[in-house]
Amino acid sequence: MSDKKLAIIATKGTLDWAYPPLILGSTAAALGYEVQIFFTFYGLQLLKKKLDLKVTSLGNPAMPMPAPVPVLLQALPGMEAAMTSMMKSKMQKKGVASVEELRELCIEAEVKMIGCQMTVDLFDFKHSELLDTIEYGGAATFFEFAGESDINLYM
Amino acid sequence: MADFDQELDASGLNCPLPILRAKKALAALESGQVLHIIATDPGAIKDFEAFSKQTGNELLESREDGGKFYFLIKKS
Repeated sequence: MSDKKLAIIATKGTLDWAYPPLILGSTAAALGYEVQIFFTFYGLQLLKKKLDLKVTSLGNPAMPMPAPVPVLLQALPGMEAAMTSMMKSKMQKKGVASVEELRELCIEAEVKMIGCQMTVDLFDFKHSELLDTIEYGGAATFFEFAGESDINLYM
Repeated sequence: MADFDQELDASGLNCPLPILRAKKALAALESGQVLHIIATDPGAIKDFEAFSKQTGNELLESREDGGKFYFLIKKS
């Protein structure tokens, strides 16, 4: 149908920021786009076989809270875990897909995922911790596809 | 209501799941067959229009009834 191409750079590894690249990647694939996502720095967390993504309100005053919580209290132990489980249960209630499900849908739709090899080295990740289906590359690898893409997004 | 060959109940699912499920369901149909989709996501109205325009699968019907949204899409 469409021979358009979408290239995304995913740089963030929190639960909330896992969504934009995976939602847009899977949807574009459903619309007939050829899609590549380049995961770099914290974005590499989204490629772990066992996902353990978290969300925090620290440094993010825009995050809706059930009641106002002073910033110093937001830093207390357990707050991050509480916010993460609150966000996950809210998402489930509203019929928002889990990150695992969206990632699986991306893989099914043949979204090509590339892990940044420099980041793997930098953070001492092992290829065995990350999905077996991904490829590894660097900036030049990204531009090979991005240079001929109709849309390039940085997230 | 028009005839359809396959039904997809995407009730309770939020963006982009109704579109992704519809895409998968359409893949299993033959050209010319019709998929009936039920959704509760209000964003689905615009999204199925956009999906149809971009994929060439014709949106035969789009209607709301009692808080639910019903779509008929014909596979191209």
